[in-house]
Amino acid sequence: MTVVAEGEAKAATEPGPAPLIEARRLTRVLPGTVPVTLVRDIDLSIQAGEFVAITGPSGSGKSSLLYLLGLLDLPTSGEVLIEGEPTHLLSERRRAAIRLSTLGFVFQFHFLLPEFTITDNVMIPMRKLGRLPARQMRERARGLLADLGLGDHLEKRPDQLSGGQRQRVAVARALANEPPAILADEPTGSLDSRSSEQVFEILRALVDDHRKTVIAVTHDLDMAARMDRRLHLVDGMLADP
Amino acid sequence: MPLILSIALTHVRGRLRQSIVSVLGVMLGVGFSIAMAALMQGSQEDFIATLVDAMPHVEVSDEVRDPAPPPAARFYGAVNVIGARPDDDTRGLRNPARLRAMLDSWLPGRMTMTLAGQAVLRYGGRDVAVSLTGVDPASYLRVSTIGDDMRSGSFMELAANLNGIVVGDGVAEKLGARLGDTISASTSSGGVRRLKIVGLYHTGITQADDATAYAMLKTAQVLFARPDVVNRISVKLDDINAARSVAARIERMTGYRATSWQEANESLMEVLVVRNVIMYTVVGAILLVAGFGIFTIVSTIVHEKARDIAILKSLGFGQGDIRRIFLIEGLVIGAAGSVLGSVLGYLITLGLGAVTFEVRTNVEMTSLPLTYSPLHYLIASGFALLSAGIAGYMPARRAAKLNPVEIVRGAS
Repeated sequence: MTVVAEGEAKAATEPGPAPLIEARRLTRVLPGTVPVTLVRDIDLSIQAGEFVAITGPSGSGKSSLLYLLGLLDLPTSGEVLIEGEPTHLLSERRRAAIRLSTLGFVFQFHFLLPEFTITDNVMIPMRKLGRLPARQMRERARGLLADLGLGDHLEKRPDQLSGGQRQRVAVARALANEPPAILADEPTGSLDSRSSEQVFEILRALVDDHRKTVIAVTHDLDMAARMDRRLHLVDGMLADP
Repeated sequence: MPLILSIALTHVRGRLRQSIVSVLGVMLGVGFSIAMAALMQGSQEDFIATLVDAMPHVEVSDEVRDPAPPPAARFYGAVNVIGARPDDDTRGLRNPARLRAMLDSWLPGRMTMTLAGQAVLRYGGRDVAVSLTGVDPASYLRVSTIGDDMRSGSFMELAANLNGIVVGDGVAEKLGARLGDTISASTSSGGVRRLKIVGLYHTGITQADDATAYAMLKTAQVLFARPDVVNRISVKLDDINAARSVAARIERMTGYRATSWQEANESLMEVLVVRNVIMYTVVGAILLVAGFGIFTIVSTIVHEKARDIAILKSLGFGQGDIRRIFLIEGLVIGAAGSVLGSVLGYLITLGLGAVTFEVRTNVEMTSLPLTYSPLHYLIASGFALLSAGIAGYMPARRAAKLNPVEIVRGAS
């Protein structure tokens, strides 16, 4: 059993009465002289183990919706529930704690800390959570990186890796604390087709083999078509694809 | 190493050159503050040692602080008394033997009784006005440092020679007299006496060296025509800081005015306070400038690391964590500057201590008076850390409030 698979059996047997992530009448308006509505009246529910694509034209509010679902941004109205828990009234600290333990982010650009080795980068969420002893954290980080084909680069810094490799490090980091959900914002947007395919396969495997929930914003309609479900946004509202 | 500290140190290392400049700024601030404090306190203590230790810690004079009202006012409640002619009061401390017994029982120190007055010394046609003090040499030496200041002869010679006089070397120079010469002393009471110079002293205080002289108490009483009278009790205390309370107690007991050295030098004390205020203002200004350096470097790091802040927040770092990272960066620079500054301050102080020169002013100096005190290092380092903390906190607070979504969007 790989490191990624730890806890898989447990997750598989857990009943899931509440959706993992749920949005109720979610609206986000950017204040200003001319207020801009990013997303409007979004109702959705995502179950554990789903692979969901968020698509739509540029400026349709895909990333904004992802940041709201990932508690990085606060809605103007409506609410997001994580594992059935309403989050709109939670403190900033509590929302950060949920991000740390329940959500993993992968962005279009890898966003690794350039001064740290990739192993240290993967260890950062674990060190923050502090659930494991230092030695186990390092072993787990190395295991995750090895699972993603980076076993030969453990002590390298991000600038010594290719774009695709960095993105895989970002995926490993997102998985560090075994979150049930991975939120990816254009994870293949800056990669060539081969690396894009590699990253997609990794995400696919997370869903199929490890019952993770993956929500990915993408422009790539072919890729979206290969996911389980597609949420299509037009002008900040859900629409038929 | 804690995660937040390791991230902070990584940031500081990432801007090594600017961080070093900031550390140097704090180091110079702390170093010069310590050296300046050592110099200021050293000169202050030297002042006190020279001017205050050379004088009595408490001096009881034949005056009263609040003159008593006329008897008519006291007994008949008169509002104004006209034409009353007070008795000619003979100045001096009444019943010195009783006073001595009264004080001896509790006084935490030594005391001596003297009679001081103005006299004119004459030698070879030259006149010099001096303050002549009649003393009991043995007890006077216990309250005065004059014994250490003797250049020739001996203060105790006075005890052996009733017609002896000890004068400052400035007085002797003005008179053109030397040790062993006999000079004439006269007072306004008409007393004239020929006295032999049995000792010359040099205190370094111009006023003392050029215008004071000592004779036996009995000789002075004859010269001033005041037999068995003393007009001053000089007290040397074991603890100079007790002077105020001892003076107040003596005053309550005897009714005579007792002046502590602090009261006698009140204006000097005020000058020292002002000097300290100026010093700490300058030191504060230096460290404030160093604080600006820290503010700049931490602000630059916050600006540069905006993307890292966003990613850390997405990973689950709260505002408090982000604030701590950048606050620690400021404090790390402040702490490094404080440590190096303390070493620099010590070296500067050592260097200043090695400088020698000769100045003849009111108080002589041949080298800079310096005080080595751990308190100077603590104050300078503490202030530097405070300054660094404030300088780091402001950009840290800004960093904590950065919206990760805006940064991620900007990067995309």
